[in-house]
Amino acid sequence: MKKLINDPDDVVDEMLDGMVAAYPNQVRRLSDTNVLVRDDAPVDGKVGIVSGGGSGHEPTHAGYLGEGMLDGAAAGEVFSSPTADEFEALIGAADSGEGVLAVIKNYEGDVMNFETAIEMVEMEGTDVATVVVDDDVAVEDSLYTSGRRGVCGTILVHKAAGAKAAEGADLDEVQRVAQNVIDNVGTMGMALTSCVTPEKGEPTFDLPEDEIELGIGIHGEPGVERTDVMSADEITEALTQNVLEDLDLDEGQDVMTIVNGMGGTPQMELFVINRKLQEILGDHGLETWDAWVGDYMTSLDMEGCSVTVCAVDEELKELLGAPAETPALTVK
Amino acid sequence: MSDDGKAAVAAVEAVADRIQDERSHLTDLDSAIGDADHGGNMARGWAAAAEAVADLEDPEPAAVVKMAGKTLLSEVGGASGPLFGGSLVFASPELEDGITGESSAAFAETYLEKVQDRGDARVGDKTMVDALVPAVHTFKKSVEVDDMTPVEALAKAVAAAERGVDFTVPIRASKGRASYLGWRSVGHQDPGATSTLYIMEELLDVAMEYDEAPDELPDHAESPTIPDGEVTEN
Repeated sequence: MKKLINDPDDVVDEMLDGMVAAYPNQVRRLSDTNVLVRDDAPVDGKVGIVSGGGSGHEPTHAGYLGEGMLDGAAAGEVFSSPTADEFEALIGAADSGEGVLAVIKNYEGDVMNFETAIEMVEMEGTDVATVVVDDDVAVEDSLYTSGRRGVCGTILVHKAAGAKAAEGADLDEVQRVAQNVIDNVGTMGMALTSCVTPEKGEPTFDLPEDEIELGIGIHGEPGVERTDVMSADEITEALTQNVLEDLDLDEGQDVMTIVNGMGGTPQMELFVINRKLQEILGDHGLETWDAWVGDYMTSLDMEGCSVTVCAVDEELKELLGAPAETPALTVK
Repeated sequence: MSDDGKAAVAAVEAVADRIQDERSHLTDLDSAIGDADHGGNMARGWAAAAEAVADLEDPEPAAVVKMAGKTLLSEVGGASGPLFGGSLVFASPELEDGITGESSAAFAETYLEKVQDRGDARVGDKTMVDALVPAVHTFKKSVEVDDMTPVEALAKAVAAAERGVDFTVPIRASKGRASYLGWRSVGHQDPGATSTLYIMEELLDVAMEYDEAPDELPDHAESPTIPDGEVTEN
């Protein structure tokens, strides 16, 4: 496979330097780490919000650094958790003394390395709260996880927690709204093609030209069903149906949606999916309060998408709609 | 440098050598039920740990163990970094007053507690816990109830860990990467339990060496305060 890389071993390092070069007034890199923080971190008087995980999901997480969202993000190697010492540096850099909320996607490596780092910084007196995002309704246990996987709903957790922290709320309050998103969000993804990791240079899994995989994870880990190619509308139906069954919402409920591209999907196709998604939600008597379409949490060059639905109450609307200014997401 | 400190450094080096020797065996075990990276990750991590502890200026046991753990944390990554490395870091304070039967038992207990806290695994889940639990309990009982010397107790503990590793073969994985395979994990030996056994076997080797002939250690001459032939506590 042809790829725009130099050496697979240098991809993450070179990407991080390139990000800093692209947003020099917004982000900086902690020396000798793969941690990026917002330029003015730690922000005085504000609870710090941090996240992190394997690379290959850009703009997740460093793309969400900035006002109204994250204070710091640790980048692991491609599809591998950052190590505990990186998380330790991350938390340290985001703490202004008001405490730090760690937003963790539910993967064993991420959870264990984050927890180890937290146990270490807590011994030094830093106040850390955590939330674990597990919004993927497709599978219960999988290759990298016990329980459900954390996927695109994480972005809404970043957004709500970031907005709450920007209001000056304390750590307990920030954690509460983050958990409120997690309790009300569901996501399911699908793939038309496999992703290609820089290390391997060829497709991670074999997906024949006439088949698709439903319920796929963001690391190419298996989904729930491999099926013949379906139309965009049928795919949207299948994904949305699963998410709605899981959320079990009342008619008239306000929701926010994300149609997320997996990295190799044209926007044209994402909008086609969004059109059908909104139609289905309307058929279920749900009210769309806001709809995002784009690449929010990718899986390298995988073609495919995920559909996220989040039930929003008045508080979440206020937080998700609050201003944010980050490289990947601006809300005004 | 104290003899305990010397023993700790020697133990880290011995484990690094052993894991390097068993690297492909561990990788083979992990390919069957995991993602084939346990051998490589552990070998890289322990080699770095051996280098790091060799550079310590004042290698007392607690400092050696903490440094080894920190190095594993940053070099091994994945779940094994926190499990093997983080647990060493958090258990290391137990050795602050040197290596005795009592402090070793406390160290082993804290280590096990940290592994179980982090991995949320119990005996029978087909993980490193299956080797650790019988080993730690055997060690503790041997020291505290049966009044054995630490080396005798460690020998008993290694035998218990070995039975624990054998026990992982016929059972079904319900924690860790292998749990994804469900019943297909049956019949395969757990790589994490296996590397845990290797680590313990090396600890026993080094402990026996230091127990039997502390005066024959290569750089013993550097510690003139210890009279020839005196048997140290470990």
